[in-house]
Amino acid sequence: MKKMGRATMVFDHPPLILDSASIVGPKEGEGPLGKYFDQVWEDPMLGKKTWEEAESELQTKAAQAVLEKAGIPSAKIDYLFAGDLLGQIIATSFGLASFHRPIFGLYGACSTMGEALILSAMCLDGGFASKVLAVTSSHFASAERQFRFPLEYGNQRPLSATWTVTGSGAFIVSRAGSLAKDKGGSVSGVKWENGCPRITMATPGKIVDMGVKDSMNMGACMAPAACDTIETHFRDTHTKPEDYDAVITGDLGYVGHEILVELMGKKGYDMGKVHLDCGIEIFDKDRQDTHSGGSGCGCSAVVLSAMILPRLMDGTWEKVLFVPTGALLSSISFNEGKSVPGIAHAVVLEQGQMRKGAAVFHL
Amino acid sequence: MDAKKYNAYVEQITPKHSCAMNTWKAFVCGGLICTAGQGLTDLFLYTGMDQAMASAYTTLCLIAASVILTGFNLVVPIVKVAGAGYLVPITGFANSVAACAIEYKQEGYVFGVGCKIFNIAGPVILYGIVTSSFFGALYFILMEIHIV
Repeated sequence: MKKMGRATMVFDHPPLILDSASIVGPKEGEGPLGKYFDQVWEDPMLGKKTWEEAESELQTKAAQAVLEKAGIPSAKIDYLFAGDLLGQIIATSFGLASFHRPIFGLYGACSTMGEALILSAMCLDGGFASKVLAVTSSHFASAERQFRFPLEYGNQRPLSATWTVTGSGAFIVSRAGSLAKDKGGSVSGVKWENGCPRITMATPGKIVDMGVKDSMNMGACMAPAACDTIETHFRDTHTKPEDYDAVITGDLGYVGHEILVELMGKKGYDMGKVHLDCGIEIFDKDRQDTHSGGSGCGCSAVVLSAMILPRLMDGTWEKVLFVPTGALLSSISFNEGKSVPGIAHAVVLEQGQMRKGAAVFHL
Repeated sequence: MDAKKYNAYVEQITPKHSCAMNTWKAFVCGGLICTAGQGLTDLFLYTGMDQAMASAYTTLCLIAASVILTGFNLVVPIVKVAGAGYLVPITGFANSVAACAIEYKQEGYVFGVGCKIFNIAGPVILYGIVTSSFFGALYFILMEIHIV
């Protein structure tokens, strides 16, 4: 049985994240993680004519970059799992069509990176593929246009508002042993695989609606969902916050961070020391005027690629819980007076085999 | 925690702009814009225009200035400080129309600019006309029965 407790999946053959790439816009490049991204584009249009084309280009570039970095041709990728925030996920459709690989288009708002990793891992552990690519993106300008106001329109952003990240992250997720097999069982292939972070468990989240109607306070909309998923994960796996080097949510921001720590505290879990948030990490709120932090499904993706995976690979962290969070709204549901429900998907990422001292990897 | 309690808790911990400070900034900035407008009116009056003509030219100048600032994306930083001080005078209205024109141009001149140019200003125009019609009719009736 691969299921543990109420909702947690345990992977028999934990899939590896072979390599990743992150592409961001200028503002993210000026942020605290600036020098860790693979590409920083000074032109937020990426040389395209529209913001939507620019976001598609982010996905194309991220996918190309990771394939190049890993030296794996796109023909070796069995399936793509990808999504974005635009209506009918057009950034994904137009951004990844040129790869000519079978694709699953996903929508989980800003939690899409979590959804993509979970489905990738299930597909690989189930034996349906040997390598898949997980990609998500968001773009400040296309998100503003879809959910809020034209860019040049003057309005005052509330302090609880977040700033949509312009960026895309792409990840090659692979069945353990498949790369070594590609390389004819070569030592370098085995070594490479042994150093890769692994996806060992996952806890998909349910939709949690606490009736918050303020779409400019998405941290408050999503924090209860993050709390629910994290608590479910701890219960299912009989773990506590101290068992993780970090529990990293997607884009709760400063407001959501405070609420999550409070809500989890009421349930008896002390998150104060382990909780990090990608939205808080990516911008310097004092210098960059981003208020509550970064958001968007590009936010958790680029931070995963530029900060979380490197720390798992260099041994800073052994085991983290990565929990991208999403706010499930559209401009129509908002105008029709609906609340903003939240969702969060948790993925356990662990250090590679090599770090654990298991020198021999069985092919 | 139930939804009601949670919303009350969220309300309590969510940071907010200081209303008094914002009001003060809006008052000063709005005042500056209106002073500039008055300066223009006086200038036009000085050149020999009558009051109606001078007012019309002043409005035109403020609209043109706001549209040009919008084009250079300078309204966003101004409004960050000025708030309603910029948005309430004609400058805000001009900005909302020009910003939509720029934003939706990518979707074409008919379905983009044509359909969406009044996305933000539309309600102001519609309800402005509805209210003026209502009060116009009221005024007419009151005149007919010799109350005004």
